[in-house]
Amino acid sequence: MILSTVIEQLLGGMVTSIEIFLLTLLFSLPLGLVVAGGRMSRFSPLRWIAKIYISIMRGTPLMLQLIVVFFGPYYLFGMTLSSDYRFIAVIIAFTINYAAYFAEIYRGGIESINSGQYEAAQVLGYSRLETFFIIILPQVIKVVLPSITNEVITLVKDTSLSFVIAIPEMFTVAKQIAAADASIAALMVAGIFYYLFNILVAFVMERIENRLDYYE
Amino acid sequence: MSLLEVKNLKKSFNDNVVLKDISLNVEKGEVLAIIGPSGSGKSTLLRCITDLEQEDSGEINFDGTFGLVFQNFNLFPHHSVMKNITNAPIKVQKRDKTEVFNHARDLLKKMGLEDKEDAYPCELSGGQQQRVSIARALAMNPDILFFDEPTSALDPELTGEILEVIRELAAEHMTMVIVTHEMAFARNVADSIIFMDGGVIVVEGSPEEVFSSDNQRMKDFLGKFYD
Repeated sequence: MILSTVIEQLLGGMVTSIEIFLLTLLFSLPLGLVVAGGRMSRFSPLRWIAKIYISIMRGTPLMLQLIVVFFGPYYLFGMTLSSDYRFIAVIIAFTINYAAYFAEIYRGGIESINSGQYEAAQVLGYSRLETFFIIILPQVIKVVLPSITNEVITLVKDTSLSFVIAIPEMFTVAKQIAAADASIAALMVAGIFYYLFNILVAFVMERIENRLDYYE
Repeated sequence: MSLLEVKNLKKSFNDNVVLKDISLNVEKGEVLAIIGPSGSGKSTLLRCITDLEQEDSGEINFDGTFGLVFQNFNLFPHHSVMKNITNAPIKVQKRDKTEVFNHARDLLKKMGLEDKEDAYPCELSGGQQQRVSIARALAMNPDILFFDEPTSALDPELTGEILEVIRELAAEHMTMVIVTHEMAFARNVADSIIFMDGGVIVVEGSPEEVFSSDNQRMKDFLGKFYD
């Protein structure tokens, strides 16, 4: 098969991969903050729930988590879900997995902020919520950005794991073409796509880091 | 009635008794210096009064706003000098923006930093950062200003510029409580001095009274400075 046809066939898959990528970030970045809040809570049951959640998410394969989220509702509860659920399951699985990693990154960032910042904010009369969003979080974002970049780059590649529940994202499509054509070309094209996409991600993240470089 | 009244204040950290029954009064316009060796409880006393620590027992009567100047400045590094000073008056006190900005510019001028309003804390020297933090505290229009060892994190050559600012504030009758290791400064600027050791007030009174006290602990402490 000629290359332009391969690329054309992969295009639909690329769009799905990008959708998975963007939706996962959209949900997991804020969810990670909530999990970090639970992990650092003064209320110990909440702290433990967050701890166990993070431990499971980080300690088991993402591929297995995809399978469990997709098939779990049927095998555990006998629920039959519409065909749309396949894509929703991917977003849920990626989101809850990445939120766990982001939570630990946020926690590290939050703990790195000097307690004097909280004290100065308290003396100036900021509420706890204002202190977090006006004083602490902007500093945390700067601290955690390099680690977040790492995770985001991993996520680009991890989207390919969705093939395990037959989501027609790029890797799934590339495998199908490669099998049908008995040629590795489609997989190589997919590889180039992931690579270029990650160059773009790294570029964007570096721009953001530079924008936050106005203070030490 | 005094502006600030502290009665029978007690505070322990686990088994370590840091404040044993502290009482003091601060009058409007008074400058009180608190001196004493490290670990004597001076900073803990200030932190209890400013609500950064919760006392175990005792009473703190104070009705008004206060500012606190920290040893390590604790400026917000991601905010410009101007935003450091103006954000709380605007966001917390809900004051008019133009009025707050004018007030902040006046304060910066007074601190000799009128050209630094767009700078970030990391671009300033320690002495300049501490002057910004004093401006930040003053922008809240405090009834009383607390200083927790304001020159301890500064190089000796930068200490003078901060003491000069505090001296000017004293001349304007700003009510201040200053925890300090600068003995000569305390003696010159304060209206009254408290000498603390081991969590109690050992000597208190006017600078003349305190510095000429017969108390042995006071004499030992001062001896370390003059030897």
